[in-house]
Amino acid sequence: MNEHKTDGTALEYSTHQGQMNIVGFWIFLAAEISLFSTLFATYAVLFGRTAGAPEPAELFEAGTVLIMTFILLTSSFTCGLAIHNMREGSLKGLMVWLVITLLLGLGFLGFEIYEFVHYAHEGATIGSSAFWSGFFTLTGTHGVHVTLGIGWMIAILIQLKQHGLTAVTTRKVFIVGLYWHFLDVIWIFIFTSVYMIGMVV
Amino acid sequence: MEKKQNKYPINHIIGFALSITLTIIAVWTALSSDLPVMWIIIAIMALAVIQAGIQLFMFMHITERGATHAPWNMMFHAFVIAAIVVAGSLFTMSFGFTHDHGGGDHQDDSGGAESHEESHDDHEGH
Amino acid sequence: MQLDEFFVTGEPLIYAGMVSIVLVSATVIFLLTYFKRWKWLWQEWLTTVDHKKIGIMYILSALAMLFRGGVDALMMRTQLAFPDMNFLNSQHYNEVFTTHGTIMIIFMAMPFLIGLMNIIVPLQIGARDFAFPFLNAVSFWAFFFGAMLFNLSFVIGGSPDAGWTNYAPLAGSELSPGPGINFYLLGLQLSGIGTLATGINLMVTILRMRAPGMTLMKMPIFTWSTLITTFIIIFAFPILTVALALMTIDRIFGAHFFTLTGEGLPMMWANLFWMWGHPEVYIVILPAFGIFSEVIASFAQKQIFGYKTMVGAIVIIAGLSFVVWVHHFFTMGAGAFVNSVFSISTMMIAIPTGVKIFNWLATLYKSKIIFSTPMLWSLAFIPSFTIGGVTGVMLGMAAADYQYHNSYFLVSHFHYVLIPGTVFACFAGLIFWYPKIFGHKLNERIGKWAFWLFLIGFHVCFFPQYFLGLDGMARRIFTVGPEWFTLNFISTLGAFVMGLGFIVFVHCVIYSFRFSPRDVEGDVWGVGRTLEWATPTPIPKYNFATLPEIESHDALIDMKEKGQTTFDRNKLEPIHMPSYSGKPFIMTAIMFFASFALVFEWIPVAVIGLVGIIIMMFIRSFDYDDGYHIEVDEVIETEEKARGMTDE
Repeated sequence: MNEHKTDGTALEYSTHQGQMNIVGFWIFLAAEISLFSTLFATYAVLFGRTAGAPEPAELFEAGTVLIMTFILLTSSFTCGLAIHNMREGSLKGLMVWLVITLLLGLGFLGFEIYEFVHYAHEGATIGSSAFWSGFFTLTGTHGVHVTLGIGWMIAILIQLKQHGLTAVTTRKVFIVGLYWHFLDVIWIFIFTSVYMIGMVV
Repeated sequence: MEKKQNKYPINHIIGFALSITLTIIAVWTALSSDLPVMWIIIAIMALAVIQAGIQLFMFMHITERGATHAPWNMMFHAFVIAAIVVAGSLFTMSFGFTHDHGGGDHQDDSGGAESHEESHDDHEGH
Repeated sequence: MQLDEFFVTGEPLIYAGMVSIVLVSATVIFLLTYFKRWKWLWQEWLTTVDHKKIGIMYILSALAMLFRGGVDALMMRTQLAFPDMNFLNSQHYNEVFTTHGTIMIIFMAMPFLIGLMNIIVPLQIGARDFAFPFLNAVSFWAFFFGAMLFNLSFVIGGSPDAGWTNYAPLAGSELSPGPGINFYLLGLQLSGIGTLATGINLMVTILRMRAPGMTLMKMPIFTWSTLITTFIIIFAFPILTVALALMTIDRIFGAHFFTLTGEGLPMMWANLFWMWGHPEVYIVILPAFGIFSEVIASFAQKQIFGYKTMVGAIVIIAGLSFVVWVHHFFTMGAGAFVNSVFSISTMMIAIPTGVKIFNWLATLYKSKIIFSTPMLWSLAFIPSFTIGGVTGVMLGMAAADYQYHNSYFLVSHFHYVLIPGTVFACFAGLIFWYPKIFGHKLNERIGKWAFWLFLIGFHVCFFPQYFLGLDGMARRIFTVGPEWFTLNFISTLGAFVMGLGFIVFVHCVIYSFRFSPRDVEGDVWGVGRTLEWATPTPIPKYNFATLPEIESHDALIDMKEKGQTTFDRNKLEPIHMPSYSGKPFIMTAIMFFASFALVFEWIPVAVIGLVGIIIMMFIRSFDYDDGYHIEVDEVIETEEKARGMTDE
């Protein structure tokens, strides 16, 4: 088991196909950055175009957003611990931390849905104005990614139960981990450039 | 020696503590400091970039060998492209902030033009 | 919804289209049933994950689309030569120029080049297949169903009519109600997903599956251009994905991104579209440059001149492609400073492109040129493309662009770069690699006829359009005044000569299929320089039995000197192969179903489709099929037979 612990020969890297899948996923994440940057650009260009709908500073609540941020940051941490356990060879630790990550992700989604419903009550929907279209599409796209990530993790948890730690399952866990951390990176930028700047400006 | 370090996920804990701290600093900078808006934006964007770096290096093992140098290479270029897309769009479409209001608004409500005026002023702060 | 709203009615040309679609479909179904080929179709083609077969399907689809786009072009030229004949009315003309542009770029140029990359790149780097063969099949079928969805608009629901650039607010739901624009948005979305997946797939393939010893700077130039193209695809296509999604949300869910109401910003569409659109131009030109480099080096029988500067030029062009997009809408009114910045970055592209032109000329200098058909296409490319490039620099000057913008000068310019650049490259590449793909050469005599007709037709068609543009004729108009009749008439003549050239080419394919001698040599032309020519013809399904150590970018030349082949008995090992799978076809068929529902804004049906897609992804996730191995004995048998080493 010892060789699984150093970087270059971890189980997920042990096959050529495994290495290629991981590289391919990194490249996919690069494409995702381009995708989200386009959404950020649209949001930024349309900033302030509220057309009589509520202004962002009126609706954004620092408390809710901060809780969401902490939940997602924590889930990224627990996901990291899951990978750490996997490299230690602990299937149980991996699955426990992965389930915790998943539950935190669900919590985040719950808050996001609450937030959207709240805004809609206040008169800000995707059809209210250009600004709110940009806002809901950017945060909504992130939310859809989180949802997909949760479904994906469930699928992988079942496979871990079926097959245990193999070159294939560890590779899948590692990749979903990358995805999860990546969503955290995107959220950090949403948190900063949408909520913080939206409350300041 | 490597093994000892790996047993306890010290990297992850440091990364987690750092990201929580940086978030709190960002919130404080944005909501409680008296800095000019321009400086707040620069400061919190810088904090966001640092946090992204923490995720990439401490959680995602971007420098991990076993693959190629493609991960960090593509991530680097992705951030360059992101900067081009966002900054380039703002640069190109900046006429929308200055030329477009006043007579250019077609919506019928009276609040629109006013709020637009505000946002125009704000954007000069960028 | 009424049936007469669902089907397009009242147009004789469209009725003819419907009849021909029904007839062709019926014929295909009849032939497949009569010859009992349904099982064969499913097992050999619809479920294949073999990069060579997928490449062939890409090229066949692209040729069909070239035909469709070409017919659109001829219809437009007929209308413009004889506007009083009312061959097309204004609405129909709008639809035809929209579909012509979209089909030629998205469903002809890109798939054609991706098809050639599919077949050739793994062979050039000594790979068994793509890094992700399953994903490759998904990509192809996504493109194919996207193209089908777009083409369906001709008879169902009505074609998009806002130009291939689909500018808002014209393309918004107020000014273009109905499903037409939705077909555009979702057809492109579906095929765009496929293109992005291909980009990632090819990049990993090139980075991780090269033959031993083949460092990046020892890769053939076509592989290099493919690698850089995938880089552009990976960063540019998500921008298109988002732009299309935003407009779809605008149209179907009432958002205000590009609308005139709700403080939307219609020009943001132009901004996003061209942020993808300009890199897209290089996605279709860089592989073309790669093909020309291969063909010119081969038939000049000389190493490509300035290999490193060629690579450097491709890299610089790719970088610049992301910072020039505003030159497509200088007249938007972004201001003198913005326009100046993009004007300068645009003109800078001429420098690396010029480097490449001079490198090709230097390769030809003092060489023994073999004037084969692919070489003719490549030689014709150099001067023709240069005319297009130089007029591009004229258009790149922001101040002067106000004069040329949206005139036929522009139309002529981009046809002068896209046809000699991309279309000539498609023909050159297809004819060059044809024997490797199909096992026999195309007839040279008929092929040269096709070439000369197409080349002369091209110049007769598009050169007059520069003068029409300078004279003030705007693009996208369906009537022209009598003062422009002569030049328009000449241009139309040229267009029909090009059409004739295409027919001769098709004849050449059919003739060669029946009469050309079958090639069994690996290096069919006798001038091959790279690894794809080292395989036996036809290529075994595993491509390479063994690989030698690669020492330069002209791998085959070295191998010939050392007497090496790709069949070294001492190095044989079982070869791992991926299993064929019907899942890519089914998955993308469900995507097609969901997109079609979304086109007509049948939201519940679209949701059902979406659930289907998610279920398919789950099924795929639980698929642990690891493929199979071809044993050494079988490899020996195949290679001996292909290389004629069996004792008869």
